[in-house]
Amino acid sequence: MSSTLTKAPIRPRPKHLDLTKIRLPLPGWVSIMHRVSGAALFVSLPGLLWLLDKSLSTEIGYDWLRGFFTLWWVKLAMFGLLWGYLHHFCAGIRYLFLDMHIGVDLPAARMSAAAVYFISIPLALLAGWRLFV
Amino acid sequence: MNQKIIVGAHYGFRDWLGQRVTAVLMAFYTVLLLAVLLVQKPAHYLGWYGVFSSWWMKVATLTFLLCLFYHAWVGMRDIWMDYVKPTGVRLCLQVGTLVWLVACGMWALKIFL
Repeated sequence: MSSTLTKAPIRPRPKHLDLTKIRLPLPGWVSIMHRVSGAALFVSLPGLLWLLDKSLSTEIGYDWLRGFFTLWWVKLAMFGLLWGYLHHFCAGIRYLFLDMHIGVDLPAARMSAAAVYFISIPLALLAGWRLFV
Repeated sequence: MNQKIIVGAHYGFRDWLGQRVTAVLMAFYTVLLLAVLLVQKPAHYLGWYGVFSSWWMKVATLTFLLCLFYHAWVGMRDIWMDYVKPTGVRLCLQVGTLVWLVACGMWALKIFL
């Protein structure tokens, strides 16, 4: 009986855990950027609440923030967060469809991953244009 | 052996579903806010204040923020569970995340109540 349970020979499997050697496919980039953008937004929450609170509390605070938003590093940070939000938004909608088993096969999943970038990057550039110009 | 981890995900469907339900609600709010901003085009303090002064906008914004904090809790917990293995460190990070988000929730209530 035990003779039928012969084990398959253990072959060494290729492991590429060196991040510089991994070539991440497009859906992989969408995935890791979904995480990174989510974590960045999480860290920024108190700052964003501070902006909202200050802008709504008093006119003096609102006018002060208008000046604050002319600083280049504030614009850059806001652009980064807007891009993060837009990527998280678009990638999130893609995941909702994947959860409903829509577009799960590889060509469709690659297409929708590309669509995330085709939609989120122009929207981020539009937001950046509104911020900087 | 199905050994449950104390800082695991409670092995439920609830958080997974909750994260997705909050995602949909937040997506709707994002579109609503954009539409309101495009219609009202606030250019000064009174206009900006006016955007959030109606009762329904206050309710929608506060709901959005509370959804956001719950959504972020599930997401951050997933990140800690994927990358941080020692139980003690993970527990500290999870507690820190909760404190961070509850504090944000208090602030949101202070702004809109």
